[in-house]
Amino acid sequence: MLIDVPQEYYLILSAMMFVIGSVGVLTRRNAIIIFMSIEIMLNSVNLTFVSFAAFMGDTAGQIFVFFVMAVAAAEAAVGLAIVLALFRNKKTIYVDEVSLMKW
Amino acid sequence: MQEWILSLPLILISGFAIIAMLLIVFIGRRNAPIMYLSLFALITTALSSLYTLSIPNEIIKSSVNPDSIFANMLIYGNYSAFFDIIFCLAGVLTILASQNYLHQEEYEHKEYYVLILYAVAGMMFISHSNNLLMLFIGIETMSITFYILAGYFRFEERSVESSLKYFLLGAFATGFLVYGIALLYGATGTLDLSLINSKVIQGDIHYTYLIIGLGLLFIGLAFKVAAFPFHMWAPDVYEGAPTPITGFMSTAGKAAALVAFIIIAKNVIDINSIYPEIAIGSSTLTMIVAFLAGATMLLGNIVALVQKSVKRMLAYSSIAHAGYLLMGIVANNPRGWAGIAFYATVYLFMQIGAFVIIGIIEKKSFKYLNLSDYSGLSKTKPALAALMALFMFSLAGIPPMAGFFGKYYLFVAAIEAGYLWLTIIAVISSIISMYFYIGLIIYMYFNEPADDRPQINVGLSSITLVISSLGILFFGIFPHLLIDFASKLF
Repeated sequence: MLIDVPQEYYLILSAMMFVIGSVGVLTRRNAIIIFMSIEIMLNSVNLTFVSFAAFMGDTAGQIFVFFVMAVAAAEAAVGLAIVLALFRNKKTIYVDEVSLMKW
Repeated sequence: MQEWILSLPLILISGFAIIAMLLIVFIGRRNAPIMYLSLFALITTALSSLYTLSIPNEIIKSSVNPDSIFANMLIYGNYSAFFDIIFCLAGVLTILASQNYLHQEEYEHKEYYVLILYAVAGMMFISHSNNLLMLFIGIETMSITFYILAGYFRFEERSVESSLKYFLLGAFATGFLVYGIALLYGATGTLDLSLINSKVIQGDIHYTYLIIGLGLLFIGLAFKVAAFPFHMWAPDVYEGAPTPITGFMSTAGKAAALVAFIIIAKNVIDINSIYPEIAIGSSTLTMIVAFLAGATMLLGNIVALVQKSVKRMLAYSSIAHAGYLLMGIVANNPRGWAGIAFYATVYLFMQIGAFVIIGIIEKKSFKYLNLSDYSGLSKTKPALAALMALFMFSLAGIPPMAGFFGKYYLFVAAIEAGYLWLTIIAVISSIISMYFYIGLIIYMYFNEPADDRPQINVGLSSITLVISSLGILFFGIFPHLLIDFASKLF
């Protein structure tokens, strides 16, 4: 059962996933891997929502998860299109090679 | 009163956006019908918001209850209707300015106008939200549309680069935003903002989750308003995006993110709480926002001093203006929020006006954007130069332009809330900003024109310029009309 495990465990796991995702965003240079790290962050948030909803016996958090998933899907559609447009123009998806504008 | 009448602005804008997108398939090659349909949609939405603004508060309160059709997720009238009108106005001004610009860039597509409708719909959902879910959906609808619009010139490297940067950092910020919402949900057990507010007043919350959640939520929102230290995407995105879109993003987009800030701060932050944990946490967070506001305006104005490109200079100055606007959040009382409403309105006129002129002078593929391209503009195009000078004076905050009064109300609100040091920083940074605003005017009026100046077309943008300059002068001469009205909204 979900409730057999203390709630802190779920929160710690999701906080760890969130940190892993953020470190991935800050250190990786490949646009698609950065995007995967962002997805890990969003999924850790989903875990937080589901655990809170389960422990409080409230469904609002679980419904929010559906919306986060839908938004993540919309973001993926737009984001991959942007990466594709970048590849067509510059033949690279490494973000450190994309630096026409600075300062 | 029926709730669907109150929610008519939201229904209209969403309905028109979907209809306009479907019509693209049937309409053939002409772009004008979709453009006029979008203008019509924005104007009817603004009119219906104006109607809901005129309905008395008691009637609105009595017609909204948890069993109503939108289950208490939306609020109507008051500041939400006011900001609806601002967003629709920004959309109208942008669309009018865009046609000529897209024509000269040879890049006009019908989807552009529809995307602006979607962005406005997202912003309106933010200002109407009474639930963290609606707030999230609104912010995301707006942001995802902006990612597309920033990369609208998909064969231009700069535009695609700006879109990629905006997308990656925006999605990263979304992660922080939803994590903050999740912890706020865990702290209070509900997503409904009015319930969260009553639980915060009663102290019926999990204190640690609330403070961490609020901190993360503020990080996410600070990304969206481009406040220091989360501002680094803004100059690149504003430089690479199509010029009218830059004007739209930096005014309406910023105003929408600030409305989200207002909604959160209004319902959750309570520095006078009888519970010491809530009071200490709230005042610490307010202090952090105050530091960020001060750093934002100093950084934006100082870096703008050394820019060669006018578009990038105004991008940095727009970061500084986000700092001024955050002072209203720091004050966190109805006067501060009214100051934000006032400044968001006049900032819309001056910033969109300035970017429209940049768009008129700009030529295909990001040419003619430098300060030197403006030299002697007063001799070749006196009207454009005069209007640009008007917008620059207003952005610099020189009376009797409306920009002065916008700053004045925000500064007064911050002083009354006990943040004198922040106001001193704000005054110093707006003195710094004079240098580059006046610098552009010197280029236009005291330098000799270059010989090879290309032809300039104004087209429908002239309507935008007339509306925005009249708006600046009107609210500069009669500021009390708007500020009195705005202070009744919160």
